[in-house]
Amino acid sequence: MIYADNAATTKMSDKAIETMVTLMKDTYGNPSSLYEFGQKSKEVLEEARVKVANAIGANPKEIIFTSGGSESDNQAINSAAKAGALAGKKHIISSAFEHHAVLHTLNKLKKEGFEITLLDVHENGLIDPKEVEDAIREDTCLVTIMFANNEIGTIEPIREIGEVCKKHGVTFHTDAVQAIGHIPVNVVDDNIDMLSASAHKFHGPKGVGFLYVRKGVRLFNLIEGGAQEKGKRAGTENVPGIAAMAVALEDAVANLDNYSKLVTAKRDRLIEGISEISHSALNGDATKRLPGNVNFCFEGIEGESILLLLDDKGIAASSGSACTSGSLDPSHVLLAIGRVHDVAHGSLRLTIDESTTDEEVETIITSVKEVVEYLRGFSPVWRDLISGKREFIL
Amino acid sequence: MALYSEKVMDHFRNPRNVGVIEDANGIGEVGNAKCGDIMKMYLKIEDDIIKDVKFETFGCGSAIASSSMATELIKGKPVADAMKLTNQAVAEALDGLPDYKMHCSVLAEEAIKSALDDYHKRTGE
Repeated sequence: MIYADNAATTKMSDKAIETMVTLMKDTYGNPSSLYEFGQKSKEVLEEARVKVANAIGANPKEIIFTSGGSESDNQAINSAAKAGALAGKKHIISSAFEHHAVLHTLNKLKKEGFEITLLDVHENGLIDPKEVEDAIREDTCLVTIMFANNEIGTIEPIREIGEVCKKHGVTFHTDAVQAIGHIPVNVVDDNIDMLSASAHKFHGPKGVGFLYVRKGVRLFNLIEGGAQEKGKRAGTENVPGIAAMAVALEDAVANLDNYSKLVTAKRDRLIEGISEISHSALNGDATKRLPGNVNFCFEGIEGESILLLLDDKGIAASSGSACTSGSLDPSHVLLAIGRVHDVAHGSLRLTIDESTTDEEVETIITSVKEVVEYLRGFSPVWRDLISGKREFIL
Repeated sequence: MALYSEKVMDHFRNPRNVGVIEDANGIGEVGNAKCGDIMKMYLKIEDDIIKDVKFETFGCGSAIASSSMATELIKGKPVADAMKLTNQAVAEALDGLPDYKMHCSVLAEEAIKSALDDYHKRTGE
């Protein structure tokens, strides 16, 4: 199998698996227990916290371990909203193409009386910091903008947006699930108050993540119970998972330069090869995008069919078509960058990593070309397009 | 568990009766690109028998498989029988479809009915 769906999840690194299994076998004590065996787990936990903090330029005290990106997003946003409401501020700024963990949380807050401004992400999938500044009001309590988009891979001007928020004294949260371990992130330099991350996106285990909360930023609980995580997140800590996440992140960050160089070259070759398909278009900015992300729309065909046929050829990929989501609408991300429904249904996301070989890249290009040509061969839409009955969009 | 039955995948991978009938006497097109599904059916009817049927589909795996199965179910049959084709019959013949894909079988039924309507209009029946 050629695995080209790393934005969905990644393969765990051998070191992360080893760490996890060893701890499961030998260090199963509860970190909250006072005896030596429990305290050994506590030590492992705190070592992991230091590693995670170092990877993003934070202080270990600013890291809270969670069950993953969605929980971190939920806690950060709900918490900032609660703090805002207490101060009489009930306006939140975000973008139209955030992950559903953010958008659905904002929808819930809207029903509770918050006003939400969703900024335009423009055709290239990039948010303009000036527009963030223009949207900030007296009663704005939070700006939450993703670091990098999960579908089209665009990298947002986080540092500039953070600067604007800092200037106006507004809390800034970023969903960095796709960015952490893939591009450099430094919470201090990037002016970030809160940041969400998920281990399984950088070769760590599933069900583990973290939330960075800058010292001084008020944080409310999502999960009530014991005094774990300084009382900010109850529940016995997933020590093996957390430690595995920390080693995976440590390795990813240490290897960042090499990763970026290697994977970007392969990504650009994929983009170059797939661009040869007529009436296709790359989604998202060509350069300000994650090293491993390729996302195309093909006119006249539908995404799920592309995925099934690629699967038959041994290629695992993803699409923003409605049929892959179980809803009638195609991806909100593609609609947000202005792709109309007709072409948004025909999208393909390929997300590679450092293990993707040059040979695999060429196989992907050839396979995508074959599949698109085959499906267009019996598409009534394509027939209408080439016969001039319908106008090409791409 | 796979998303689709073996039968759906077989009809998706090897769709039957794909293409166009140049001298069709009944053509029907349903769905729209906005929703992500369009089916076009071509019928060649002689002596009240569906001598030939071909389809073109823009859509997901189950849309393509449903079109293919629908053509198989009516090919060689009297027009009166084809008029009775239901989406359930299409879905059952495919060994079932996931709930949220049932609309694909509905579209297949509608495409056939639309082509038959066109035939009736042309023949003035």
